[in-house]
Amino acid sequence: MTEDAKRAYWRRNLRLMVALLSIWFVVSYLFGILLVETFNRIVINDFPLGFWFAQQGSIVAFVILIGIYAWRMDKLDEEFGVAEARHQRGGGR
Amino acid sequence: MSTQFWTWIFVILTFGTYITIAWRSRVKDTKGFYVAGQGVPTVANGAAVAADWMSAASFLSMAGIIAFAGYDGSVYLMGWTGGYVLLALLLAPYLRKFGKYTVPDFVGDRYSDTARLVAVVAAIFVSFTYVVGQMRGVGVVFSRFLDTTVTVGIMVGMGIVLFYAVLGGMKGITWTQVAQYSVLIVAYLIPAFAIAGQLTGIPIPHVSFGRVMTELNAIQRELGFDEYSSPFVRNSQLNVFLITASLMIGTAGLPHVIVRFYTTRSVRAARWSAFWALFFIALLYTTAPAVGVFAKYNLLQTVAEQPRADMPAWFDGWEETGLLEHTDLNDDGIIQYTPDEATNELRIDNDIMVLATPEVAGLPGPVIGLVVAGGLAAALSTASGLLLVISSSVAHDFYYRRMRPDATEKQRLLVGRLTMAGAVVIAGYFGVNPPGFVAEVVALAFGLAAASFFPTIVLGIFWKRANAPGAVAGMATGLTLTAAYMVGVLYLGVEPIFGISPQGIGAIGALINFAVTIAVTRATPPPPEHLQQLVDSVRYPSGVDAVTPEEIGR
Repeated sequence: MTEDAKRAYWRRNLRLMVALLSIWFVVSYLFGILLVETFNRIVINDFPLGFWFAQQGSIVAFVILIGIYAWRMDKLDEEFGVAEARHQRGGGR
Repeated sequence: MSTQFWTWIFVILTFGTYITIAWRSRVKDTKGFYVAGQGVPTVANGAAVAADWMSAASFLSMAGIIAFAGYDGSVYLMGWTGGYVLLALLLAPYLRKFGKYTVPDFVGDRYSDTARLVAVVAAIFVSFTYVVGQMRGVGVVFSRFLDTTVTVGIMVGMGIVLFYAVLGGMKGITWTQVAQYSVLIVAYLIPAFAIAGQLTGIPIPHVSFGRVMTELNAIQRELGFDEYSSPFVRNSQLNVFLITASLMIGTAGLPHVIVRFYTTRSVRAARWSAFWALFFIALLYTTAPAVGVFAKYNLLQTVAEQPRADMPAWFDGWEETGLLEHTDLNDDGIIQYTPDEATNELRIDNDIMVLATPEVAGLPGPVIGLVVAGGLAAALSTASGLLLVISSSVAHDFYYRRMRPDATEKQRLLVGRLTMAGAVVIAGYFGVNPPGFVAEVVALAFGLAAASFFPTIVLGIFWKRANAPGAVAGMATGLTLTAAYMVGVLYLGVEPIFGISPQGIGAIGALINFAVTIAVTRATPPPPEHLQQLVDSVRYPSGVDAVTPEEIGR
């Protein structure tokens, strides 16, 4: 792997990470805590929305975020040729 | 047939399964003992992480705490799941690529042997704080449902853990945890779905608990309490924020969780393991808030403002354990439940809510037996994961890496097994003499983990310049200040600064650790070239050679 490729791979990794962590912050800290009272004025299916984000929505979002990360990183590894060899039988879904 | 009969059936069946699995996965070498030979399939590892993770606190206490804290209980829900995002994105793949046995291994190899020693002390300290909570969980369950003394219950539980942990190490623990996850999740979901159907006609708790909550809000208003869903009743907004952050960062810094990602087959498998782990955890964590609402609604409906003489048998059963208490202050024979200390006649311990709910809802005996088995599975699986960390810290990081680097494979395995047995006995002692309240004790362990490991490991991966003096200073100040604040506020009557709760101080401790590490690193020389290469090697799943080829790059 060349120095340029290494730097490019790492930068792509960091960019994905920052994007996902921003969503992580928004659904939990912002919607669920800092803006909870504002969101609570909206009620859907008997759930005040701020409360729903704090006790349901954020958790679902976390699962999806990790799923996206694992999926995108698989692609990135392949693109840069750093994916592990097949014989290691690396996981799968 | 009686509830107790069913309970025995389920407990004997599940314990028998764990023993069988343990016997079939016994190990012969340290690699099997500490990291299960790095051969655990992704989904199974996810289930094992979930069982390791969900403790007596998650299973027994959490829904109860939420039932009484309402919105403010969200700190546990977000905190104990959101940490997995940090873990998956910032730690798991890199530590797997590093590819050794323990968390102090990484800290020691990346920084220095002094840093390793600080990490060993922190790992033992954090794990013991945490394991204590599990023991009390086992005691509560046995004493209420199996008519034994707490001591006998703990002896039985410890016997089982001793058997599979000593025999199979991480391999035995992992495969029993997969079985324990299955038991605990079924035990948690069945009553939740049954009660959701009973109360609303829609048997999906996640959809239907909103409606029950609206009624619960009305009942709470009537009794003089704040509404269930209204925020910041017990904790200020600042504390909700900080406690959530401490629990998240702590989750990502807990050695017994991190070490699970060493057991996968590859870096890719470590990422997917984190996904499956949180998926399995989320099944319980999204159900818990519904259980909290159902439990409180049913309890208030059955108990509040009702005559004591009309109470069903479970009321007496729980009163005998002392976890439920009715003192008829005004001698009218009616149970008054109010927010006012002077007139409130009912005291309910958080820990009984999950166990009592099936009985309160009148579900049949087998369901109750299953829930009991689930509670035991949750406590035992977490205890065994923690015991492995304690044992590996002593036997691997201390004995082998520091005292006797020339020890043979056989000696190392023997020392591993002996310290494991020793740790089980000490944990059992704490079970018999439990200090305090399950979830609170556990929550403190998170603060300590947040302030010690997380910043050190993250900087070790993402900042090549981070060096040993910085890491040692950061971990030591983070851990000391956090522990001092907790002890000061909880036991010495120190006035909380800005009203910050001891549970939330870990987030501040982590920030201090980050700041100190960066400042001290800047003031001291950069780490040697081979350590910068080590950082390079953990950043790429393959294709970049590491400094110790015999250990990495397999």
